[in-house]
Amino acid sequence: MRTITYLRATDTAGAVEAVSSDPTSDYLAGGTTEVDLLRQEVLNPRRLVDINDLPLNGIEGTPEGGLRIGALARMSEVAAHPVVRERFPVLAQALESGASPQLRNMASMGGNLLQRVRCSYFRDAESPCNKREPGTGCSALAGFSRGHAVLGTSEHCIATHPSDLAVALVALDAHVRTLGPRGERAYPADEFFLLPGDSPHREHPMEHGELITGIEVPATDPARRSLYLKVRDRASYEFALVSVAAALSVVDGSVADVRLALGGVATTPWRARRAEDFLVGAAADADAFGMAARVEMADAQPTPMNAFKVELARRTIVRALRTLTGGREADPGTGSPT
Amino acid sequence: MSSPGPALARGDTTPAERGPEAVRVTLSVNGTEHEIHIEPRVSLLDALRERLDLTGAKKGCDQGTCGACTVWVDGRRALACLTLAVTCEGHEITTVEGLSADAEPHPLQRAFMEQDAFQCGYCTPGQIMSAAALLDEGHARDDAEIKEWMSGNICRCAAYPNIRAAIRAVRDQT
Ligand SMILES: Cc1cc2nc3c(=O)[nH]c(=O)nc-3n(C[C@H](O)[C@H](O)[C@H](O)COP(=O)(O)OP(=O)(O)OC[C@H]3O[C@@H](n4cnc5c(N)ncnc54)[C@H](O)[C@@H]3O)c2cc1C
Ligand code: SF4
Ligand code: FES
Ligand code: FES
Repeated sequence: MRTITYLRATDTAGAVEAVSSDPTSDYLAGGTTEVDLLRQEVLNPRRLVDINDLPLNGIEGTPEGGLRIGALARMSEVAAHPVVRERFPVLAQALESGASPQLRNMASMGGNLLQRVRCSYFRDAESPCNKREPGTGCSALAGFSRGHAVLGTSEHCIATHPSDLAVALVALDAHVRTLGPRGERAYPADEFFLLPGDSPHREHPMEHGELITGIEVPATDPARRSLYLKVRDRASYEFALVSVAAALSVVDGSVADVRLALGGVATTPWRARRAEDFLVGAAADADAFGMAARVEMADAQPTPMNAFKVELARRTIVRALRTLTGGREADPGTGSPT
Repeated sequence: MSSPGPALARGDTTPAERGPEAVRVTLSVNGTEHEIHIEPRVSLLDALRERLDLTGAKKGCDQGTCGACTVWVDGRRALACLTLAVTCEGHEITTVEGLSADAEPHPLQRAFMEQDAFQCGYCTPGQIMSAAALLDEGHARDDAEIKEWMSGNICRCAAYPNIRAAIRAVRDQT
């Protein structure tokens, strides 16, 4: 681990000024990605600007039925908040299914959205990796790719987006609010996470030094009946092989509104719009759910090692939707822990 | 971890950049203030173990994947390996050495012995710090909940059933 200098920011504008004026400065929130990757020498900032004292940790319901969350609210605090649990179960469940209780006490909302991929070639700081060192190639393409993506991939990178939170936010049409040297911005969550294309090192549209200040989740009709279903190699403390964030309203036996997003299978938190389009107006039954899942996964491009994810994703989509319609209970250990 | 740090508390509004060489850092650990000189890159885990001789917290992985380094920051369980010591100024750290205020073992420490909740013992301080927090959080209502909310502490010896028994024993005492 290289040496660093440390600056504890006392005001938001000062923090933005400090980082945007210095390409070698990084923000430090919970540190669960930043310190980890500093130690691996995957990230090599000269200076860390600690933002933990900034007043960005509020969590509040809006009068319209939505939600505003500060960028420094911790995963554990957001998951436990009564308004979150009541209005957006999918969000609370996504948060509680991630990492561990200790990590969730440390990890912030902003940091979670900007966590880096778990691809072992990216993390080893040595292997050719287009994301870490543009132009060096992608070691995963011909290497070990069991955990990698089957949707949204390119010939330059197939790493899976690791965040559970982001999957729920994309399903809920949330916005990411930022403050940069050129003022405030709000990005739709679905546009915040970039496909790798030929520039996998660019993961989001922010400029250097732009600070995430908060997340806004609009009121959504189906959100109160929503869930996060995460399938993984062990029952807890593990990233997703496949996860599904789903929200559903059914009127007279057919789908009135549905939100569906996938984790663990794509290079971004994947809004399953094709499946949604198929489902709206369709009968809310297992056949339609299966067809929708098939439609969504039709363009999947698996490697020989992760081909299992295509069928696993279809089944997980169907199970999530059937659970929401009362068709079948989620197995304990794969849905919410509580 | 979001209460104002010393810089704010002192009303000192011009934050200074510190390091990369060793800087003076004041840590409050188990109710005692310690002044140490460390580089900003030093983890809380290394500061505790190498500078303060508090070797209860263990280094299992140094990358957040095992829980052996679990301590409390302002009463909440956290991983000392992914925490930089310098960020802990103004916050209260509790390690397994400070879990029990008097010389008596904490009820969980006693229960771990009675229930044979370890073999090699390497994960045990982390398990105990995590378990004590779990009981405070109210996340020990049944075995499924204990399993889920203790999942951040890996035991290589797989003492899990006995660890759960120790947690249940303390839960049911109160
Ligand atoms: C063992 C392990 C298991 C995990 N399992 C899961 C899991 O199952 N699911 C899951 O979703 N996540 C998981 N995580 C990832 C974890 O959730 C993230 O590391 C965490 O959310 C990052 O938040 P942080 O506050 O610690 O960010 P930091 O590490 O402080 O920051 C992360 C990055 O974001 C930047 N940054 C931080 N805050 C801001 C801001 N407000 N504005 C602009 N930039 C900012 C930093 O400069 C840094 O580059 C796991 C992590 C570990 C170590
Ligand atoms: S999949 Fe992406 S992150 Fe992994 S080695 Fe290839 S380019 Fe790097
Ligand atoms: S040493 Fe900190 S989690 Fe393993
Ligand atoms: S007792 Fe050996 S690792 Fe848990």
